[in-house]
Amino acid sequence: MQISGAQMVIEALIAEGVETVFGYPGGAIMNVYDEIYKQDKFKHILTRHEQAAVHAAEGYAKVSGKVGVAMITSGPGFTNAVTGLADAYMDSIPLVVISGQVPMSLIGTDAFQEIDAVGISRSCTKHNYLVTDAAELPRILKEAFYIASSGRPGPVHVDIPKDVTAQIANFDYSIELGLETYKPHTKGNPRQIKKAMEAISKAKRPLFYLGGGIINSNAAYDVRELVHATGIPAVETFMARGTLSHDDEYLISMLGMHGSYAANMAMSETDLVIGLGARFDDRVTGKISEFAKNAKVIHVDIDPASISKLVNADYPIVGDVKNVVQEMLKLSSNINPVKYASWRKTINNFDTLHPLTYHEDTKRIKPQWVIERVGKLLGDDANISTDVGQHQMWAAQFYPFSRPRQFISSGGLGTMGFGFPAAIGVKAAAPDKVSINFTGDGSILMNCQELMTAVEKKLPVINIILNNNYLGMVRQWQSLFYEKRHSETDLSVQPDFVKLAEAFGGIGYRVETKDEFDAALKDALEKNIVAFIDVVVERLENVMPMVPSGGSLFNMMLLEKKEKK
Amino acid sequence: MEKSERRVISVIVVNEASVLSRITDLFSGRGYNITSLTVAPIPDSKYSRLTIVTSGSIRVIEQITKQLHKLIPVLRVYEHADLVEKEMALIKFPASEDITDIATLCAAYNGKIVNVAENVIIVMVADEPKRVDNFLKIINKYNPKEIVRSGAVALER
Ligand SMILES: Cc1ncc(C[n+]2csc(CCOP(=O)(O)OP(=O)(O)O)c2C)c(N)n1
Ligand SMILES: [Mg+2]
Repeated sequence: MQISGAQMVIEALIAEGVETVFGYPGGAIMNVYDEIYKQDKFKHILTRHEQAAVHAAEGYAKVSGKVGVAMITSGPGFTNAVTGLADAYMDSIPLVVISGQVPMSLIGTDAFQEIDAVGISRSCTKHNYLVTDAAELPRILKEAFYIASSGRPGPVHVDIPKDVTAQIANFDYSIELGLETYKPHTKGNPRQIKKAMEAISKAKRPLFYLGGGIINSNAAYDVRELVHATGIPAVETFMARGTLSHDDEYLISMLGMHGSYAANMAMSETDLVIGLGARFDDRVTGKISEFAKNAKVIHVDIDPASISKLVNADYPIVGDVKNVVQEMLKLSSNINPVKYASWRKTINNFDTLHPLTYHEDTKRIKPQWVIERVGKLLGDDANISTDVGQHQMWAAQFYPFSRPRQFISSGGLGTMGFGFPAAIGVKAAAPDKVSINFTGDGSILMNCQELMTAVEKKLPVINIILNNNYLGMVRQWQSLFYEKRHSETDLSVQPDFVKLAEAFGGIGYRVETKDEFDAALKDALEKNIVAFIDVVVERLENVMPMVPSGGSLFNMMLLEKKEKK
Repeated sequence: MEKSERRVISVIVVNEASVLSRITDLFSGRGYNITSLTVAPIPDSKYSRLTIVTSGSIRVIEQITKQLHKLIPVLRVYEHADLVEKEMALIKFPASEDITDIATLCAAYNGKIVNVAENVIIVMVADEPKRVDNFLKIINKYNPKEIVRSGAVALER
């Protein structure tokens, strides 16, 4: 079929089963937008900023497990999208991001809206392409989708000069993928798996260390089986929340900088870490030389470069977590779950000593209460996105997650402004679930223009602003480590969030009591339009426990004990 | 600090635009050293071979090879243990220096005079990088005007 480069883009997206594209047009990508106009196979959602387009595609991808697609123009369109690319790269989210570029004849001349896009995206994508001939487009687009979604997933950027989108060439999408140099290992080495299982059967205090790779490889239900078959307790990373259900008796909690006391102590006392799709990130390990100091380490990961990068693996297994866990399950019959009863009791005692909790000791609503309350009212019915800061950590600590892909948050990059557009993408992918975004008074302003997208496309995201009039997380560090010098973190001057939402045609609520909160949430759910619920919360609440940066997991700052009356 | 070691890594890559920047970006982005880098196409194939001399602790070197392997156009990465390694250098001397002395020295380092002009002579040597270092030290007294080194190439034994 002889068609234009722009038509090829459309045909490839259709062939890949893409249903929704997030984007923003401009000069260099106009030929493609012209073809979008003419087709009705997929939806295009116009965000109000390119960064939001990419975050929305991320939210869409995370909730659906499919490749998210975003489309942008050259120059500023592309540079606006870079934060999204970097975010997806850090969190291994499969994306294909297509950008327009100035015509080939103008490349290198500092043309209007020219920027070396592939030069910029090289270090924050899994792979990228500058297309110089339309005849190459079918292969490149097919490779892009394959690379984005296979192995360790990630964003792939395809930059297409304007004249290439106009060029006519042959389109055949049934071509075989070459890619001799790219062959991800998906099957774990059987001998290594066997050795690992032997180590597990000999361990006295083994511990599952569950990471986000489990979610990416759709392995959560296999992991649940393995945990239940072996009776070994488990901790989750921030990225793995929802792998085990919150009420699973083997789940301790989240570990790391704001992990629970029991989770961090379990990691410090274990004699065998069973790492599944986790990458020993510094926010998880604390001081690396003290991390799980007396333990042997099993490390299962699809990315060989993650293994022994930070912590030496005694039993490295390169492979897709899902495959490997299924193999492990087959060999788990000689492990007697009863054996770990006393180890689990030790961990439970840690939890009784310093449970993950907070004190309701002020007149103002505690931010943690809001998270728990939404958890109680909506639980499994909601997908939970967050922005970045204290509210994000409280969401990870206190929301009762019950399934994988329920929690969508920017982990690796920690991108303020991620939450709202991501929640829009989430709602587009999963319209039957409520899409909640827990956000802060700082973060929400970084992409609040997306109210317009949500109103226009009828994507009723409920943004719950935990309003502490602070850049709270930075304020917390200043309080703890900078002698309370709150440099540039006081957000006392604020917009009227109710009016802000209303100005775009959404709905806003200002909430100061628990009853008002319940009423606002109920009303927002009924009205079914995009909402801001601005909740006035205790200003100086800190996220606890906390492992100070560079400290050891077992040296936590803890919530002060209160006398029970 | 873990001990830093000199290492030679060969990388086979698909010949395509920007593949070299992918590699150098990886080194600069992750804070790895490049002591020298040579690259040339492999005859009758769509691949090129890069020889990179780098240094780092064992853990860093392992990461370098793994991260290189993760790049999509990289076919193979060899971290050499037992290898034959050569490097070439070109040196320009004033013609007024003792040409016979210089020629004898060159011969001892697999080299010779390659060009003689009115005012200058140019010599080449090709030897192990350490020996090239040595040669350059010795010939210092003949007032070399310019020195160009090629960077190392290597083959596993
Ligand atoms: C784009 C970006 N800029 C700066 C930061 C640094 N930062 C991390 S948390 C935070 C404060 C966030 O404030 P808010 O959204 O009100 O959340 P809170 O911590 O108060 O819950 C800041 C500034 C960041 N993570 N992302
Ligand atoms: Mg705040």
